[in-house]
Amino acid sequence: MNGDVIYLDNAATSWPKPPGVAQAIVECLEREAGNPGRSGHRLSLAAGRRVYAVREAVAELFGAPDPVRVIFTNNGTMAVNMALGGLLAPGDRVVCTGMEHNAVMRPLRDLEEHGITVVVAPCDPAGRLDLDAFARAVNAAPTRMVVLNHASNVTGTLCPVAEAAAVARKAGALVLLDAAQTAGSVPIDMEALGVDLLAFTGHKGLLGPSGTGGLILGERVNAAEMVPLLRGGTGSRSAQERQPPDLPDRFEAGTINFAGIAGLGAGLAALAAMGGPAAVGRREGQLAQRLREGLSAIPGVRLYGPADPAERVAVVSFTIDGLTVSEVGGRLDDEYGILTRVGLHCAPAAHRTIGTFPAGTVRLSPGPFTTSDQVERTIRAVREIAEGV
Amino acid sequence: MALKAEKLLKTEGLAVRLIPTPRQFSSDCGFALRFDWAECERVQRLLEHGRVETAGVHPLDG
Repeated sequence: MNGDVIYLDNAATSWPKPPGVAQAIVECLEREAGNPGRSGHRLSLAAGRRVYAVREAVAELFGAPDPVRVIFTNNGTMAVNMALGGLLAPGDRVVCTGMEHNAVMRPLRDLEEHGITVVVAPCDPAGRLDLDAFARAVNAAPTRMVVLNHASNVTGTLCPVAEAAAVARKAGALVLLDAAQTAGSVPIDMEALGVDLLAFTGHKGLLGPSGTGGLILGERVNAAEMVPLLRGGTGSRSAQERQPPDLPDRFEAGTINFAGIAGLGAGLAALAAMGGPAAVGRREGQLAQRLREGLSAIPGVRLYGPADPAERVAVVSFTIDGLTVSEVGGRLDDEYGILTRVGLHCAPAAHRTIGTFPAGTVRLSPGPFTTSDQVERTIRAVREIAEGV
Repeated sequence: MALKAEKLLKTEGLAVRLIPTPRQFSSDCGFALRFDWAECERVQRLLEHGRVETAGVHPLDG
């Protein structure tokens, strides 16, 4: 059954995974599954080496200063929470954008109740950040951190990170980049961009399994002053009952998902074999562009996000006049085997910005394994649904 | 980070080996890096230059 579906929900999670990812997890469990860094035996060492190699691959992919500053987490949301919770204190001021995902907004709104000021810099109805308004917001008062949604999971709109980060740096603010939708399809060099904290997930564009992700600490982040989310065993300085300062241990209490990380390693290798984020992004972008072209020709279909492909990643949101998004999504799944995500996509802020709150949109997100034929069939399916067939 | 140290020193052509942390030096879990004591100064210099944090350096008898 699964072979017949057209999977257009890669923004939620990538599927299928490249060949080798599931195998890497199985091989880890069958042959290398000692607890990495804990025990002094060969299986622990094998697992430790595997994890370290993936740390290095991640550091290289994102232009990170040091593999030990790659902190593995369970997902992107945990990485965001670690950065916000670890570095913000009552009295601090944070500026974010009007397109943030709830992974950012929910911790921020909670922190607001604990003495942190949150300012949302507006974006236009296509999701584009108003840089002037952003700069005014950052410079209005001492700002501790800015949070930037690299690309919207609703409209695909790209944030002008380099420019925004430059504004933030000049004002003395740290820059946290939410790269959940861009890791793997947009080249990211955190040092060149001026990003201090990079939050990424492993199960979307990096083609790994769920349960993986990370936060990368740039050079300007004072790790000793950043409060860990969890405290516990690290396999180091074991005689001490205090969380050690060493990296990555300080922020990786407890056993990490080393089997999942083995899978992430295979995903990263596959990504490299496909030509890396630039090549993958280009291909996905062409498919998204064709989707937009095809859908825009259908009467009653409304598209959201920038028309210019240079301003977005491969995410297309649309609605059909006279039909609810759940009806459209339901028919696409039931009658055509086309899998999409409908509703608010855990990003109510973005839907408010583009004017689709509370009903939401139907979202299509092609991935590395989406074909042109699948795109054409999707356009035909939407047309039939819109025409009331 | 023993693995980071191992990688760095091996790239520099030093014969190093990861061994279970000798109990007489530390009750830490995990691994220590074993090297020729004659290279001690060079090892420490390389680790400092490579920004590898260490918990201690000890001579091992035998």
